[in-house]
Amino acid sequence: MRKVYTHIDQIVGPVVSLHAEGIAYGELARIRLKDGNTTYAQVIKLLGDLVTLQVFAGSKGISTGDEVEFLGRQVQLGFSAENLLGRTFSGVGEPIDGRPPLQQTKDIDIGGPSFNPANRIIPSELIQTGIPMIDMFNTLVKSQKLPIFSVAGEPYNELLARIALQARADVIVLGGMGLKYDDYLFFKKQLVPSKERTIMFIHTAADPVVECMMVPDMALAAAEQYATAGKDVLVLLTDMTAYADAMKEVAVAMEQIPANRGYPGDLYSQLASRYEKAVDIEGSGSITLLAVTTMPGDDVTHPVPDNTGYITEGQFYLKGGVIDPFGSLSRLKQLVNKNTRDDHAPLMTAMIQLFDASRKVRQQQSMGFTISALDQAVLAYGAEFEVRMMDLKVNLPLEAQLDLGWQLLAKHFTPTQSGLPSKLTDVYWPS
Amino acid sequence: MSDKQGSVFGVSGNMVSVRFTGDVRMNEVAYIDMTDDQGESINLKAEVIRIRGRECDMQVFEDTRGVRVGTPVSFTDELLAIELGPGLLSTTYDGLGNPLGALAEKCGYYLQRGVYLPTLDRTTKWAWTPVARIGQHLKAGDALGTVPESMYTHRIMVPFGIVGAVEVLELASPGDMTVAQTVAKVKLLATGEIRELTMVMPWAVKRPITAYAERLLPETPLTTRIRIVDAFFPVAEGGTACVPGPFGSGKTVFQQGVSKFAEADVVIVAACGERAGEVVETLREFPELTDPRTGESLMKRTIIICNTSSMPVAAREASVYTAVTLAEYYRQMGLRTLLLADSTSRWAQALREMSGRLEEIPGEEAFPAYLSSLIAAFYERAGLVRIEDPNLGTQTGSVTTIGTVSPAGGNFEEPVTQSTLAVVGCFLGLTYARSYAKRFPAISPTDSWSKYIDRMRPALEKLYFVGWVDTVKRLALYYVEGQRVGDQMKVVGEEDLSLPDFVRFLGSEFIDSVFLQQNAFNAVDASPEADRTALSLQLTARIVDHDFAFTNKVQARDAFTEITATFRDWNITATDAPEYLQLLDRLESRLSGAA
Repeated sequence: MRKVYTHIDQIVGPVVSLHAEGIAYGELARIRLKDGNTTYAQVIKLLGDLVTLQVFAGSKGISTGDEVEFLGRQVQLGFSAENLLGRTFSGVGEPIDGRPPLQQTKDIDIGGPSFNPANRIIPSELIQTGIPMIDMFNTLVKSQKLPIFSVAGEPYNELLARIALQARADVIVLGGMGLKYDDYLFFKKQLVPSKERTIMFIHTAADPVVECMMVPDMALAAAEQYATAGKDVLVLLTDMTAYADAMKEVAVAMEQIPANRGYPGDLYSQLASRYEKAVDIEGSGSITLLAVTTMPGDDVTHPVPDNTGYITEGQFYLKGGVIDPFGSLSRLKQLVNKNTRDDHAPLMTAMIQLFDASRKVRQQQSMGFTISALDQAVLAYGAEFEVRMMDLKVNLPLEAQLDLGWQLLAKHFTPTQSGLPSKLTDVYWPS
Repeated sequence: MSDKQGSVFGVSGNMVSVRFTGDVRMNEVAYIDMTDDQGESINLKAEVIRIRGRECDMQVFEDTRGVRVGTPVSFTDELLAIELGPGLLSTTYDGLGNPLGALAEKCGYYLQRGVYLPTLDRTTKWAWTPVARIGQHLKAGDALGTVPESMYTHRIMVPFGIVGAVEVLELASPGDMTVAQTVAKVKLLATGEIRELTMVMPWAVKRPITAYAERLLPETPLTTRIRIVDAFFPVAEGGTACVPGPFGSGKTVFQQGVSKFAEADVVIVAACGERAGEVVETLREFPELTDPRTGESLMKRTIIICNTSSMPVAAREASVYTAVTLAEYYRQMGLRTLLLADSTSRWAQALREMSGRLEEIPGEEAFPAYLSSLIAAFYERAGLVRIEDPNLGTQTGSVTTIGTVSPAGGNFEEPVTQSTLAVVGCFLGLTYARSYAKRFPAISPTDSWSKYIDRMRPALEKLYFVGWVDTVKRLALYYVEGQRVGDQMKVVGEEDLSLPDFVRFLGSEFIDSVFLQQNAFNAVDASPEADRTALSLQLTARIVDHDFAFTNKVQARDAFTEITATFRDWNITATDAPEYLQLLDRLESRLSGAA
């Protein structure tokens, strides 16, 4: 019989303290509120017999006289490879889709240890998403971790949903943090076609902040189970800035000394230990991670995007409703695009250079300069590139994307004007 | 065992507070003897970082989940140390010196907490040859014998911590031995104590190894085969350099290039809090790559200290010390070692995390007030030294340290960059402006500096050609002035520029395109030898100096475009390729003919 404590000393924000003995760091506790509700909490500090807990459901309504029972185990996820698929859970792993709790689960620890770097291999396979601005221009590589840098108001969740539907992966794990309820409903509706391979962990903006902090760990713990069982898992997280803000809130409630703009000093380590879960396991599955990071004030030097940029292997910039080809970068693309088709890398470079030229011509045109015939062609090409390549709704297999690229070039330019070597134009130039 | 004992009374993240009896040393290693939820007993390694009364605070090198108030703590009386000895080369360790390959065999995919393995393999046999004589008096750092390791003669030395002279009583006869076997018996003359020595020498990583005769002024270059560095901002052998840069500015590619091509005997790569993926590239590629100088695999001269971003943060703090200790150790054998610390910002952040948990009064951007003195002490461990061995003679050895810095927001005003700049001899600043313009390596030719260039003048002129330093300086000045014209041109437009000014701008761009920029992904251009760099610089200077007698801007622009294209083609053409001389001729004809 576990001992029940009935006196809470201190309640600050989502953090409560009480006197108790024999408690383990990180241990899970159950709090029974006077109104009959139950919530869970996790030990985040021990000092003598003073135990500090973060309460998952927040401290609202908690009384100093509520019952606290320590459960003698860490926070865990009830996992079952078959039964998890198609389900939706809260940040603490409880079903919120109105269906019954999972049966025959095994409890797995979340936030597990780091993958041994000596076991890692150099990534070599791409993940097709059907989106030209990714597949063709900044190829997503299996086991890559990439943020989608964006700002409020941009269709980043639409982009994630599209990737979830189109990407060639065995399992999709979606982690929502600080989601607007509408966005949650949007995901629920959009992801119906790929439901049987999708798992969602959802924290909405109205949910308690501590649950937000658990979402990436829950999502990644589930992903690790599938990856070690040979599945290629794509983890989609949105929005990591909300996650960082939740950490900030708890750190401040604990009176920790803030580092930059109020964020705790371990922001980098915390983000890194999650992003580094992305892995390609030799002879088994993989985890690929795409995470929306909204930049407050479109400022890439804000601590969250800044720290993220140092951790991840490139970034997608979602601006003006499209993936910006100039700021976006997949650091691993050269590992895979040399093995797709021999025209992939050069065609990509040539098309981007011409698109860059079209932006410059457009600028000159708006400044009143006269435009040459070639400039006209470049302009027309740029406009068509935006519609046929950059639009997020385009969904084509990679081969078709490359063919489309050649068609666009052929429509507006001669082979010499394209800047591509003749040994490629001889083969691929559409007649 | 000592009589001291402790028990946990507080846990906050990776900091554990302990009440103890007996005497505790600062930076002493202790183990937290915990039991996890499954009833397994686990010992977590920790280091004492603050003592107050009968309580001390320890940083734990592992995840602390499951530690309880009352969990027993056992102290070791030893400072945080690493085993030194043969077998370090071509191995990959975590920040505490655990071999990651052996851990993978033992634990599988993931790192398990509380599992520690000896740094040196206990089964490998080494061919021991004694060099000291029985009855000889030796001091710390003198060789007792040697074993061959990779391409080098690994000295088995009198432990660095021994004070005063020792008398050699016994030496093992030549033969194959493991590191744990006794190779010598010595008497400490000061105390009369007799000690048996093996090839394993534990050394406290936070203590510099100073068993050398004297420190020397670094006056010779350590070539990196990166042109902009070797010519404009050279690094001295035994010197220090820092490479700050925002993300995406090419730090990783730069660092990997240096680790491959630098003129060092031993390269120690400290991947401190960075992406695991980058280490993996080194880990998987180096065994396949050949070191052009020795013809051996690159891995044979390399040690990787790998404490990547998701590994425990306290071990990250230790990792740079572990790395520099290894560098100092090989320096004692008369070798040129190069330490690449990537990234010192992550180390500083580890200090900041710990400082926050200790609730110390924060300094700028919450970094601890002692940040700059720790950074200074770290870079001061680099240096060129003279080693005098009674049996092996006098030699020099060096530790050259190149540290990367990841400034928050790419802003060089932040504390880590600033503290580092104050103590290094060379600053290679990577900028967004250059990386956006795809001008790699993105080292700023205007902001970077090297304090070594004048001091190394004789050595540089011997390596390249007489007049090298002056040529470099003249080109640097030319470049800066030409860029100034370029800035002016952005405002007033090309039309209003005089022809000489315009030519100066073109010349400046030319220097940038053909000499400062370098293609790290092209096999030839990635690593030109000194002869070729000398020729490049001479040719660049001659073209810039040449009076082409242009009559108009279009003509000037066309000429420089053509010369640049030819020069860049030449840059990527191997010395033994047939086009090599053709391209060179074409450039020469430009210089002899008229515009």
